[in-house]
Amino acid sequence: MAKHRGRGVATINYPIGMNLGGDPSQALVHSNPTGKFTVALSSIDLGQGMKSVTRQICAETLGVPVEDVYVDTADSDTGPHCMGSFASRGTHRVGNAVMAAAREARAVMMEAAAEELEVDPGDLETDGRGAIQVKGAPHRSISVRDVAIAAQFKQGKTISGRGIFLVPLSDVNPETGEMSPATCYAHACLVAEVEVDDETGDVTVLKMTSAYELGRAINPKLVEQQLVGGSWMGMSHALYETPEPYYPDTREGPRDFNEYLMPGPGDICPHDIAVLERPAADGPFGAKGPGEMCANPVLPAVANAIFNAVGVRIDELPITPEKILRALKARGGAAGAASARAR
Amino acid sequence: MLELRKDIFADERDDNLKEVGKPTQRQDMLGHVTGTSAYYDDHRFANLLHLKILRSPHAHARIRSIDDAAAARAPGVKRIIRAADVPVNLNTLLSLIQFGKDDEPSLATDVVRYKGEPVVAIVATSERAALEALALVRVSYEPLPAVFDVEEALKPGAVSVNAAYPKNTFEYYNKYDHQKLRFGDADAAFAQADIVLDERYQMSPIEHAPTETNGSIAVPDTNGRFTVYTSTQALFFSLDTAAKINAMPSNQLHFIGGTVGGGFGGKVDTLTEPLAILAARLTGAPVRHRLSRHEEMQFGSPRGGERIYIKDGVMRDGRIIARKVRAYFDSGAYTRLSSYAAVKCAAHIPGPYTIPNVYADVYCVYTNRTPATAMRGFGVTALDFALECQMDKGAAAVGIDPLEYRMLNAYRDGDMKAHRREAKNCALIECAQVAAGKANWPLRDEFRRMSSRAGGGAQRTGGGADRTRAPAPAAAATRAVPATPQRVSYERPAAAAPTQSPPPPPRTPSPPPAAQPAGSTHGAPRFSSVFGTRRR
Repeated sequence: MAKHRGRGVATINYPIGMNLGGDPSQALVHSNPTGKFTVALSSIDLGQGMKSVTRQICAETLGVPVEDVYVDTADSDTGPHCMGSFASRGTHRVGNAVMAAAREARAVMMEAAAEELEVDPGDLETDGRGAIQVKGAPHRSISVRDVAIAAQFKQGKTISGRGIFLVPLSDVNPETGEMSPATCYAHACLVAEVEVDDETGDVTVLKMTSAYELGRAINPKLVEQQLVGGSWMGMSHALYETPEPYYPDTREGPRDFNEYLMPGPGDICPHDIAVLERPAADGPFGAKGPGEMCANPVLPAVANAIFNAVGVRIDELPITPEKILRALKARGGAAGAASARAR
Repeated sequence: MLELRKDIFADERDDNLKEVGKPTQRQDMLGHVTGTSAYYDDHRFANLLHLKILRSPHAHARIRSIDDAAAARAPGVKRIIRAADVPVNLNTLLSLIQFGKDDEPSLATDVVRYKGEPVVAIVATSERAALEALALVRVSYEPLPAVFDVEEALKPGAVSVNAAYPKNTFEYYNKYDHQKLRFGDADAAFAQADIVLDERYQMSPIEHAPTETNGSIAVPDTNGRFTVYTSTQALFFSLDTAAKINAMPSNQLHFIGGTVGGGFGGKVDTLTEPLAILAARLTGAPVRHRLSRHEEMQFGSPRGGERIYIKDGVMRDGRIIARKVRAYFDSGAYTRLSSYAAVKCAAHIPGPYTIPNVYADVYCVYTNRTPATAMRGFGVTALDFALECQMDKGAAAVGIDPLEYRMLNAYRDGDMKAHRREAKNCALIECAQVAAGKANWPLRDEFRRMSSRAGGGAQRTGGGADRTRAPAPAAAATRAVPATPQRVSYERPAAAAPTQSPPPPPRTPSPPPAAQPAGSTHGAPRFSSVFGTRRR
């Protein structure tokens, strides 16, 4: 009777956006009379940070501080169409739509500024702090606020932009499956360390270490939130959760969180993450999206770590103590399994 | 802990940005942490009515009769809604993008096909009044045989689950009962493989378990419009679905949402909005339709339980030369979105590896279970579980470190993928290198020097069956290996599933239990295209 440590690894990639494309999203960006911007979307913030990611993308593209942009979302009377918040598509699809809208709005803003400064728009740049200045001559500048006032009350211009992003729908060859499923892929490698009690079958996940390649981390804190939360979900998926513990038998079924087994805060392990950025050619500032993929490597990494610890392969999820004990028993009990351990 | 490795791929990026890349606090953070963010159910209305659903107690049954007379007279009941009251009762979610046939009723008509299928809706002045009235509805059922296992459902003579797809499989391209993927010649390659590894994996269904259950409130507005506060994770998807089922022009619906207490894929199905709107039309009052936790757990759609068979042909040097996959998506009684996931799964095969011969059949199968739906990693999570367990088994079978085995086979820029598109922008190798470094996972120098940007392309993915041939011999790397010793035997636990008896594919030569002496080198010849003929 002993506790055995082991570790396992998994490497994965993940397609960004709806499979085969054909999933558009739109955005509208406009300035109020004093140079503050609103992004109108119908996209959903499920907690993943859609509003913040699009806000930063908009501010970067316009060349204004992030405080000067606010994102209004999910009102079908004001927000233009978005396919939805799923398929890891928010950052990539909606981010691109916002970027396109912000570029159009920026062009008007720069024209208006050029008219006020009596220069060519091509000679102007934003300083990112709320001013527009002549390249190489920053003393010749005008605030975005004054540009917006002039545009609306003097020049009769609307500082606004429309954006849509669409990856055209790909055909599928029925015979070969030839298709264009996605335009870019995110990547990950995750190492899980576990401890398995050969008497109870209990598995404790001790640590996760991972590297994720996401094109561009638009907001590293939001990325961390996704990756940590997703790894918890993956661990829960691997070891705890199911509404049908004896699938495909449907008889057992939890009705609430007292009966539906999930890890609690004490079961969550440290997760040491590195983020790599290989920009996607068609991503907003190269971004792909960490949304769905972050649960995926955890399941096999934990299964592989359990095998490494006690020498049994559980190929049916979830990997419950019952399954581990039955597998250990089938190969001669803990002693037999322990003697087969390679380390 | 999160560390940004800006040093890697730095030459491909412009890092001179002002707002992108900053850890700016979320716009909605203060609202969330102070409990003041408004979710759909935070909107209050005078005279709000409540809709509750009577659900089938049977997995498969014919409805003989429904007697709701006593329920109609119950205190607080404002309206009983039956299938005939629903303007367009039959729908399928992906009809919006012309994919699949209408196969799922909002309320059952003559047959129920899963336990929990909605049969009758009652609108009352309180949730309690609605629930008490539900108890007074008398439904006479004639139970029918049911099928719960994907492979049982495909056998000749199996119970037919879904009237639109009587053979229990979604129809692809009006001609196949599955999605195909064909690349190279897998069968020829298996004949030449040193080791063939044939395994079965079973995913569990899981609950999305959002903090906020599915729900919506429909409020009559002027001019025949309705305002709908909703937890949907796809605003126009739900709006258009609700408009179709209610036979209304889309501009009579004004959907407001956007702050949602977790979705994970379980809030795309538009489970509550169509009947809430119908109830508001029929009563002229605001109506709330929200799932209880019990309903969310048992009748809100789960992740499907995919079953996946993988057969690999592996050479002793670690190259995977063939991979064959047979996957079954358990869609439950209706399609919802599983048909889409099966295609996404096929596109993902054989994983992020360059394998010259790939063959896959992916089925979307109907069973008498709660319809499955999208969930985080839809079409991919189960496959990744299966593939990555399979990769560990393959590594052990040939005595190679499992991470190095993955890196040997990892796709690189210029490689041809099985769905016949060139790989680009790859970074699997770099992720493996960085994670190995952080986890003190020993990698030999050749693997530390490897790059996704070098060595891919025609060398590894030329054409046809001759790709099964081993590349030219190369200088063997015989350096002593500090790598983790690996297990080599694969005894599987006794099958524990209660009702299934899948015909396991023939188990061709199983991996030899050729144990490596502890601390030895990798005995296998090296993957020559890595060490010999790859461009450096």
